[in-house]
Amino acid sequence: MQRVVITGYGVVTPLGCNTEEVWRKVCEGKSGIGSLIFPKFETTASRIAGLCTDFSLDGYIPPHEVRRIEPFVQYAMRAAIDAVIMSGLDLQNEDRDRCAAIIGSGVGGLGEIEAQHDRLVLKGPSKVMPLTIPKIMPNAAAGNVSIHYGLTGPSYAVSSACASATNAIADAVVNIRHGLADVVITGGSEAAATTLGMTGFAAMHALSTRNDEPERASRPFDKDRDGFVLSDGSGILILESLEHARNRNAKVFGEIIGVGFTSDGTHITQPDKEGTQAAKAICKALSDAKVNAEDIDYINAHGTSTILGDVAETRAIHRAFGEAAKKVAVSSTKSQVGHLLGGSGAVEAIFSLLALRDGVVPPTINLETPDPECDLDYTPLTAREKKMKIALSNSFGFGGHNGCLVITK
Amino acid sequence: MASTEEKVIGIIADQLGRERDEITLTTDIQKDLGADSLDIAEMLIQFEDEFNITIEESEAQNIVTVADVVSHIAAAVNGQAGGAADTEKEEK
Repeated sequence: MQRVVITGYGVVTPLGCNTEEVWRKVCEGKSGIGSLIFPKFETTASRIAGLCTDFSLDGYIPPHEVRRIEPFVQYAMRAAIDAVIMSGLDLQNEDRDRCAAIIGSGVGGLGEIEAQHDRLVLKGPSKVMPLTIPKIMPNAAAGNVSIHYGLTGPSYAVSSACASATNAIADAVVNIRHGLADVVITGGSEAAATTLGMTGFAAMHALSTRNDEPERASRPFDKDRDGFVLSDGSGILILESLEHARNRNAKVFGEIIGVGFTSDGTHITQPDKEGTQAAKAICKALSDAKVNAEDIDYINAHGTSTILGDVAETRAIHRAFGEAAKKVAVSSTKSQVGHLLGGSGAVEAIFSLLALRDGVVPPTINLETPDPECDLDYTPLTAREKKMKIALSNSFGFGGHNGCLVITK
Repeated sequence: MASTEEKVIGIIADQLGRERDEITLTTDIQKDLGADSLDIAEMLIQFEDEFNITIEESEAQNIVTVADVVSHIAAAVNGQAGGAADTEKEEK
């Protein structure tokens, strides 16, 4: 079986699009969450989100091509191009039958669905734009990335809500391990902070309504948390077989050594309170990586800042780690960047890798009053130095999807 | 106010990422500018929105150059004006 290494990565987040700059801000405890000042959000219950305000594709792809793709695809394109540049891959001269694009998204082109539905209702069926479907389809990110590079290996989207990127990365790992691809551009992307996204999630009471204090709203594991904060953005990794990376003398930044997946099989949105299946996903990932819980130095938690989810994840970690749960460093970087839904797993895998690289545990900001039911070491408020080798990144999605990655530097 | 020709050229230039001065009345939208079928379909709806007209699919097939677009729009706008005038007459 081929080993799977990381040779490039790129992010688009509410804290910016330069990975090193974003990582510095995450460690400094900066928040990317702000107020939604547009009139259309005036009456929504939650009026805070993490938008990618300084995002642009200038110099990446021509403006008329940008017009043809939705923001979630635009974010993925930029993160993918940055990741490919970082990897040093010359895809034009690769065997492109062996290069794949597997990119997750939770909801696809929600903004365009709204815009075209408005046209349908207000102007009539003949006024719905012809690019509607190619823009909204959740596989548009994978499709457009594969077209941009002329890749002819497998390309598709993976959708498992907030676990989409983690599932996509795991699919990439499986493709490479089994020799079905040499290179996979993988990760996830999302742009769900639209009117329908904000109202839909708010209707479930899933979103924080701390509207007056946007930067303090995402507070995973804090007693006063009241829901997650919706964010836009993307994370893309270049995964490659170790053999392929060595043959081209590529710089290797890390390795994905384990993946583990389960389903709660209980409820469409509520997590299993005891975290039984989430714990199993963690155990599967550890076993796949051939490591023990004691070997894990850092857990990048799913930690969305919802009442139920943070407790369930805490219980899952206890269940899977036993005594080792007391020692492991944990944090939720959603406290800084918010919840990128289908993009979150990839951004967090990248943060996990950078934590290992720098020997820095990023903080869980806003964790001011610990919830008695959340009793792990979540690295509250400030980052901490720690020598680390192996990290675990958790993602849990609506639908009961549990996914975990074990990453080493 | 921008003329019909200027507006049409502006829409085409934006859709296809071209400079306005690259486009003249004799420009072939597909052959010279590389528009694909989705681009054409998108632009037709943008013309409809901009000039408040309807372009039937059967008529759309006859549109090749920028001049075809401009003359088609002119005819449609006049047709509508004429139609409106006729209605007024009937009402009288």
